Amino acid sequence: MEPLMAVLVGITFATAVYMMLRRSIVKLIIGLTLLSNAANLLFFTASGLTRGAPPIIPEGAEQPAGAVADPLPQALILTAIVISFGVLAFALVLIRKAYQVVQADDLDQMKDTDT
Amino acid sequence: MMQPGSLILSTMTRLLLPLQLLFSVFMLLRGHDLPGGGFIAGLVASAGFILYLFAFGVAATQALLRIDPREIAGAGLTLAVLSALPALLYGDPVFTAQWWHPSLPLIGEIKLSSPLLFDIGVYLTVIGSMLTIVISLAEAEE
Amino acid sequence: MLAAVLSGFCLAALVPWLQPRLGARAGWLFALLPAGLTAYFATFLPAVAAGETFRVSYPWVPGLDLELAFYLDGLALLFALLISGIGALVTLYASDYLAGDARQPRFYVLILAFMASMLGLVLSDNLIALFIFWELTSITSYLLIGYDHEAAFARRAALQGLVVTVGGGLALLAGFLLLGTVGGSYTLTELLQHGEAIRAHDYYLPLLLLVLAGAFTKSAQVPFHFWLPNAMAAPTPVSAYLHSATMVKAGVYLLARLHPALGGTEAWILLCSLFGGVTMLTGAYLAVRSTGIKWVLAYSTVMALGTLTMLAGIGTEKAMIAFGAFLLGHSLYKGALFLVAGALDHEAGTKDILEMGGLRRAMPITAVLAAVSALSLAGLPPLFGFIGKELMLGAVLNAPFLAPLLTAMAVATGALVVAAAGAVAVRPFFGPPARTPKTPHEAPWGMLAGPALLSALSLLFGLAPGLPGEGLISATAASLAGEPVHAHLALWHGLNLPLALSALAVAAGVLLYSQWGRVRGAMNRLEALDARGPEAGYERLMAATTRLAERLTRILQNGYLRSYITTTVLTLVGLVGYTLLTRYEGGFAGGLDVRFYEWVIAGLLVAAALFACSTRSRLGAVASVGVVGFAVALFFILFSAPDLSITQILVETLTVILLVLVLFKLPDFMSFSTPRQRLRDGAVAGLLGVLVTALLLIAVHYQFAEPISAYHLAKSVPLAHGHNVVNVIIVDYRALDTLGEIFVVALAAIGVYAMIKYPGGPGHRTDEDESAV
Repeated sequence: MEPLMAVLVGITFATAVYMMLRRSIVKLIIGLTLLSNAANLLFFTASGLTRGAPPIIPEGAEQPAGAVADPLPQALILTAIVISFGVLAFALVLIRKAYQVVQADDLDQMKDTDT
Repeated sequence: MMQPGSLILSTMTRLLLPLQLLFSVFMLLRGHDLPGGGFIAGLVASAGFILYLFAFGVAATQALLRIDPREIAGAGLTLAVLSALPALLYGDPVFTAQWWHPSLPLIGEIKLSSPLLFDIGVYLTVIGSMLTIVISLAEAEE
Repeated sequence: MLAAVLSGFCLAALVPWLQPRLGARAGWLFALLPAGLTAYFATFLPAVAAGETFRVSYPWVPGLDLELAFYLDGLALLFALLISGIGALVTLYASDYLAGDARQPRFYVLILAFMASMLGLVLSDNLIALFIFWELTSITSYLLIGYDHEAAFARRAALQGLVVTVGGGLALLAGFLLLGTVGGSYTLTELLQHGEAIRAHDYYLPLLLLVLAGAFTKSAQVPFHFWLPNAMAAPTPVSAYLHSATMVKAGVYLLARLHPALGGTEAWILLCSLFGGVTMLTGAYLAVRSTGIKWVLAYSTVMALGTLTMLAGIGTEKAMIAFGAFLLGHSLYKGALFLVAGALDHEAGTKDILEMGGLRRAMPITAVLAAVSALSLAGLPPLFGFIGKELMLGAVLNAPFLAPLLTAMAVATGALVVAAAGAVAVRPFFGPPARTPKTPHEAPWGMLAGPALLSALSLLFGLAPGLPGEGLISATAASLAGEPVHAHLALWHGLNLPLALSALAVAAGVLLYSQWGRVRGAMNRLEALDARGPEAGYERLMAATTRLAERLTRILQNGYLRSYITTTVLTLVGLVGYTLLTRYEGGFAGGLDVRFYEWVIAGLLVAAALFACSTRSRLGAVASVGVVGFAVALFFILFSAPDLSITQILVETLTVILLVLVLFKLPDFMSFSTPRQRLRDGAVAGLLGVLVTALLLIAVHYQFAEPISAYHLAKSVPLAHGHNVVNVIIVDYRALDTLGEIFVVALAAIGVYAMIKYPGGPGHRTDEDESAV
């Protein structure tokens, strides 16, 4: 399964970067959303994929029964998902603000406004 | 879209919100042993309030919340930081988990721990942050 | 001893709070600390004179084997006494000199912090700690030179001093690291024991050059001498303290301190004595050329620093004794003369010697003090300066290399210095009366106490040279030699060659002074050479750096997001891809065990991602991004991550809500690019995709270390009483990490709130906006 996932991650990264290379600010947001999904999936796959064995120890047991999925990347990704939402919201509002001030959808027209 | 008033939505919401909040607390408390925890529970609760926001508008949601969501986030962060401190009382490094098993009359022994306090802090922070973002945006668009 | 060093910092921190409560006389109280430190260090005198040394150490960063160690021997004690003693006088002096200046508290803060840093520097037994104190003195010096921060020349001078000394400090750090590696320790006292091994090491020469670069820049040796006269932009007490008595001597201190470890080789002797000799002569020459009283003194300080470097270079026993005597003598008379110059400036209102004359009537005490110290500067008996100079001439005559050259330079220097001393002390007080900008009167006694004490010591030590000689000077020379030295200092050594040379120099000097105007005229004709001098070089270097920075900024920070992304991606792909193609010989993950429904989800994900890229509809893009997110959530649940899956679904819902709320207030998708650009961007994105895929295949193929999660799984129930290991990691094992993350979430929310609530931007500024900041 990992090779397929690697290709999926590669494609998601490529689409994310492609969108971020556009001049339209709205496309930048779409690119950011794709990028955070790609990054989470990358991390998830890199630690190895396990079917049907969540890292939950059965009631009454001290140790997991048999091999289970690696819990550490899951913990890191879980917080990353929430943070990327926060960052996305921030970027979105920043762009909304920039659009209100500059009245331009073109990133190239925005570049000289910070002086 | 932000016009409150759809009868089905508002009726549903009235029924759903208490259930969602109850469910979020359930997710929070069981999180240590089964899927759930502060982040998920916080998101569930936020989703409930956001649904309410769509049904009844910003003013009604703020009235329902009573306190500013930023204060919820602040309280959550404070609680999370405070949960690091009990370890110091017992001479352990900061953030070392502490467990207490006080027994209450009628209820019996309960499990209380500093990680649980921390998770409640996470829960409140997530609710506060999500609601701050969505409510201020909705307010701006109205 | 730790308390002695730290007390200065502590008091400095308290000054802003104390000053308003103590009022105008605060300086007197602040002076008590350095005075007390002087007394404290003085108690060590008998023991150190008897050859004892003291060492104390406190663990600092035990994990890095870093300790805060202090070492007190003759050299350190001599410096410590000068630092705290002159520090006390200068603090006292400043309470009158800067009376009524609103920035006075800042002065006290900096001067006390400087004193503490300088004490730390000379007492440190650890190279790293020494370096930190070394840089602290550079920084406090920068702030003190720029004390008058509203004057452009002061800021420029401050920056110049900082760039030169900190630039040298960088070299010094590299030198220290090499020294620590070569010598096997960062503890000075241990390094001093292993001198032979260090000198025989292959890295000896590079490390010597680096250390010398640090010492020479700090001690204003040619060609780095130019920053010191410019540093005269500082208030005069600062010049007296930092830029003559203490900080500039840090470089010389370092040479003396490291002499047992690094000294005695041909490279050391030649480099130090040549640079020192040239600096000595240059300083004396430029002193005679100047007419600003502080500049004359500054250049004569350069002269003294050159002399000390030269003596440290020569390294014979005579030279070491001369080093100690000359160092002490110079600090006494130069400190006094600077304070006198400050008094002249304060009471007569000018710093230009040509505007002064006949001030002995208005300022009789100052005149006497100036005369005594200037005699010491000129090297005339019966003052201590004479003894230092005689010893120096004796050492130069017996130098192991280049003795005739060094002797000639020393005699010429002697003559020039006599002329400079005349310019400083004879002309303003005894010359023809001149109208000064202010009606002159005697300085207040707080400003007289310092020069009076220093001049008295010059005279006392001259008349009774055994007083410092038997104890402190011998102990200082012993620190340089690394073995006991017994110095016998006397005013009269009989008729010998040094005395004859001295007489020659004095006669020539008196002649020079009598023709001062004409001499300066001749010298000024050579001023055109300055345009090719080191200071002009410094200016050109700085201008070129600025130009380079501007050009680089224009290229790199051009304001186009896509150019940043393209550059980053191509660099990444180029470097990593090249390494992969040329070096990588391992395998990639294989095994395509894919279930049918997984193919379906994968196909859905790819289709949605590609559709998001190509659609012209915002709603379509938002919807397809949502599909991507839900596909990811499905993968999470299929591959044993229920928590992730729930989180992902909830966040994905919120994301869509957010996008719907905002995105439709924004303009439609626009296409600004040509097909050619789209092809190019597609290629860049595709390259990244291929690289990520390849890296991921490798990452899955290898496992370099046992995952730490094995521990997490094993201990989750017994230790953390939790069955959901993911949650246990979040709230227990890695709680601190999570705390940071929820802070980020809250900050993002606050950021969103602030941006929405406070209107801003050009044309939108309101009062509310101002108060929000």
